[in-house]
Amino acid sequence: MSLIQVEDLTVRYGASTALSGVSLHVEPGEIVTIVGPNGSGKTSLLRAIIGAVKPVKGRVVHESGVKIGYVPQNLHIDETLPITVSRFLKLPSNVAAADISYALTQAGVPDLAKAQLSQLSGGQFQRVLLARAIIGNPDLLLLDEATQGLDQRGSASFYQQIETVRQNTGCAILMISHELHVVMSASDRVICLNGHVCCEGTPAVVASAPEYRALFGTGTGGALALYRHKHDHSHDHGDHNHDHTEAAE
Amino acid sequence: MLDDFMVRAALAGIGVAFAAAPLGCFVVWRRMAYFGDATAHAAILGVALSLAFSMSIFVGTMTVALLMALVVNVLSGRGYAMDTLLGVLAHSALAFGLVAVSFISGVRIDLMAYLFGDILAVSRLDLSIIWGGAALVVALIGWRWSALLTSTLNEDLAYASGINPKREQLVLTVALAITVAVAIKVVGVLLIAAMLIIPAAAARPLSRTPEGMAIAAGLIGILSAIIGLRAAYVLDTPAGPSIVCVAAITFVATSILKGLGHQR
Repeated sequence: MSLIQVEDLTVRYGASTALSGVSLHVEPGEIVTIVGPNGSGKTSLLRAIIGAVKPVKGRVVHESGVKIGYVPQNLHIDETLPITVSRFLKLPSNVAAADISYALTQAGVPDLAKAQLSQLSGGQFQRVLLARAIIGNPDLLLLDEATQGLDQRGSASFYQQIETVRQNTGCAILMISHELHVVMSASDRVICLNGHVCCEGTPAVVASAPEYRALFGTGTGGALALYRHKHDHSHDHGDHNHDHTEAAE
Repeated sequence: MLDDFMVRAALAGIGVAFAAAPLGCFVVWRRMAYFGDATAHAAILGVALSLAFSMSIFVGTMTVALLMALVVNVLSGRGYAMDTLLGVLAHSALAFGLVAVSFISGVRIDLMAYLFGDILAVSRLDLSIIWGGAALVVALIGWRWSALLTSTLNEDLAYASGINPKREQLVLTVALAITVAVAIKVVGVLLIAAMLIIPAAAARPLSRTPEGMAIAAGLIGILSAIIGLRAAYVLDTPAGPSIVCVAAITFVATSILKGLGHQR
């Protein structure tokens, strides 16, 4: 059974429709990336999955007992709120010190437990958010443009961290990203969203789909191929993907 | 005996500082300072209504403060910026309250006592209401502490942890209304927001954790109440404003301390 199953989801804010008739599912252990232009409902979709927004139609079915870790986009910590990383990881419920240091290590920031949250750099902060999300061994990680504000190297290394987490814990990942060249190549499936599901499939299929091209143009094709080789996990469609994007250039 | 009313005044001030500390921290963290002001200003309308219907002042102010807070909650996010909305509601409530008070004939009201507080006239009954209200506020915030903190950090993080941030917002709103009703006698409508914000702001440079900040704010508030009252007695100054002045001086002191810390 799927970890989560989104069925015919429609979300409205007042008069404007953010999502209409969206269906998707995430299987244990897979990486699914959602791409789409601004205002295409990507964030609304994740917010519907965590229950922050009520759909007007359709539903989100969680497999019973499924644990979800959530990494929000662009969290702003007000400087007036003093809080250490380890206190932050203990919200809303207490966590053993060993679990905190394990999560921080997994996220690649083992030494930050005593640091003040508002003093962290963008990259450190994203890793702390990742650590918070993986506490309690979730079956599914939700990442909402988790590398926003990071430079290219920072986001590439953040995504490598996520792959490491996935290899170590076997959790599934559902993420949103703008940075198609980094993300798509690591994904098992890509869903192209624009208020509805435009197209869906392996990175190669989506990258060459006319619907995707219509939304994003062909400019990212070359970069996709470039980054393809940086990832070590293999799927049989790898070469295929390569050919496609080379051809696109 | 002199000690008697001074002791009652000090206990009243301590009670308010006790409730205002954890609540004030959330007001500061969530940038709700103006929200506190608006709720407090609305309380003067509550005073007028209490007098008109000869109800308890506590009941009247708390009801109006609560209504005000709920109206703000409902109207927010409906086309007006929050500060505009609060500006309209706070000052309208204050104006309507002042006008309403003028209609009440036959009763001589010392309006100044409600605007600036009358801590030296605190009765035993007042004191028990203040401490009852303060204990309620502290218990409420203590009970919801982790959920409130998570919602304050990020609403979506709260949802993902199974917390409804709207409900937590309501908890704060109720706590604010209780605090306003309780503090009106001590510092008055115009200075309630000061008791919420200044001790919390003064505590910020001294704190590393949210809990630490709430405790430090409580200590600063309590010290301000005691020292402010003593100063008011010695210098013959108004008591409520004197308490706020001491808190403000503490704020300056801790800010300078923080500045020195940064230079090192």
